[in-house]
Amino acid sequence: MKTVLPLLGLLLLPLAGIAADTAAPARPYFAANCFNCHGTEGKAVSAIPTIAGRDRAYLEEALKAFKAGTKQATIMTQLAKGYTDEELAILADYFARQR
Amino acid sequence: MTRFNDNRRRLLQGLSASATLAGAGLLPTGALAAPKKTKTIGRIVVIGGGFGGATAAKYLRKWSEGAIEVVLIERNMEFISCPTSNEVLSGNREFSSIVHSYEGLKKNWGIKIVHATVTTVNPEKRRISTDIAGEFSYDRLIVSPGVDFLFGAIAGYDEAAQKNILHAWKAGPQTVALRQQLIDLPDGGVYVQTIPKAPYRCPPGPYERVSQIAHYFKTQKPKSKIIVLDANDQIISKGKLFKGVWDDDYAGIIEYRPNWNVTEIDAATKIVTNEIGDKERGDVINLVPPQHAGKIAHDAGLVNTNNRWVNIDWITMESTAIQNIHVLGDATLSAPLMPKSGHMANQHGKAAAAAIVEILSGRTPQPTLMANTCYSLVDNRRAIHVDSVHRYDPEKKIPIVVPGSGGVSTAPSVEEGLFTRAWANNIWADILT
Repeated sequence: MKTVLPLLGLLLLPLAGIAADTAAPARPYFAANCFNCHGTEGKAVSAIPTIAGRDRAYLEEALKAFKAGTKQATIMTQLAKGYTDEELAILADYFARQR
Repeated sequence: MTRFNDNRRRLLQGLSASATLAGAGLLPTGALAAPKKTKTIGRIVVIGGGFGGATAAKYLRKWSEGAIEVVLIERNMEFISCPTSNEVLSGNREFSSIVHSYEGLKKNWGIKIVHATVTTVNPEKRRISTDIAGEFSYDRLIVSPGVDFLFGAIAGYDEAAQKNILHAWKAGPQTVALRQQLIDLPDGGVYVQTIPKAPYRCPPGPYERVSQIAHYFKTQKPKSKIIVLDANDQIISKGKLFKGVWDDDYAGIIEYRPNWNVTEIDAATKIVTNEIGDKERGDVINLVPPQHAGKIAHDAGLVNTNNRWVNIDWITMESTAIQNIHVLGDATLSAPLMPKSGHMANQHGKAAAAAIVEILSGRTPQPTLMANTCYSLVDNRRAIHVDSVHRYDPEKKIPIVVPGSGGVSTAPSVEEGLFTRAWANNIWADILT
């Protein structure tokens, strides 16, 4: 039980101000924001890159670089600015786990 | 406490199969079995299988792991995509490529799909009736009806006129018919595009349509002209980008008139008139009327803003007018700077599905974070985009655009043209497979 606590805390923080354990959402639902372009669970069909199963550290670094504007892209530089660093880390972790 | 991990493990197992499906395009293969039903925790009826409703139906099944029973009621036999339908008008895309099957939702997700029209909603009994398929009871109802047209706002736009003067603002037979009118138009003919005052479905849509048809004229009928009659005071989405393309690539083809609000049409002479009596004539007129929430939202008593739109709670997407009814997509009173788009409706569908799964699981739904991306193709290869991220503001109780996020393209590009087509394939698969 205790080993899961830090992960849950991480998930809850950006989603809710108050993170009562009993209110823990089943999953980071906002990861589904990415599915529209990158495919369900990050598995894209065509020109847009697949993000499922990519290295977690790489994904997190890329997202933060998009946000900072140090990595160029057509839209990701604009979308990444809508998320906190904690949320970007959750997204990186989520998609890295998809196979 | 282990729920998240357990769920995720099961989610992973289910999804490796779904990627295969996505990889194969939109063809349902039956490779992914409908989610195993453990214990049913509720029954949801979804009215409308477009970008909002079909997404909600799939994600209710997916995220409840089959514990929520879902009935999707849709009057059309097939899903027809409004996004990218402007390319059909220019001949840059086949109509058949925007038509997709509902089979994936049945086979992959175990959703009961009923092709019928909902006639009444009874919130007290939590029951809806249909014209040809009987009644259905629900624990919660999702209404995703899209828009209907205010034909009455334009004098002369009666049923007879609607046979020849098309809106083509719902993809389907009208898309095919307008394409045919453009094919039949002689070189040197005049096409008139009218645009209603915002808000309407798909803010950049009319300007993309003008660009697509201008490309068709430039390459096939170079003597033809387009007159754009816009009720708004300027191009309301990606304005500088569209203007740039029109000036650079379609000079002499497009004539743009802002503040031109059509109030009357004479279908016989093909003349439109505005409030101050100005007139324009076209050989083909595409008259896009003002819009409001789809009929069933009005009939059910859900419309509570300006007699046009449905106000909702932005955490759960639940109507502020009637409990246990969630409303999605274009029919909602849009949050500030939130467009009425297919992409956004998909996000609404996921937000509603997440909230309902949480509620029926005894948890409290969390505030939403949604994103929008709208691509517009400006010719047969290049596209431009607008995007935004919307975060729920607990004080204002609405989603607001995260300061500094979002924006538009720096310039039209082939790369974004390729992304547009990829976006379409991926979002169709996300909704339907």
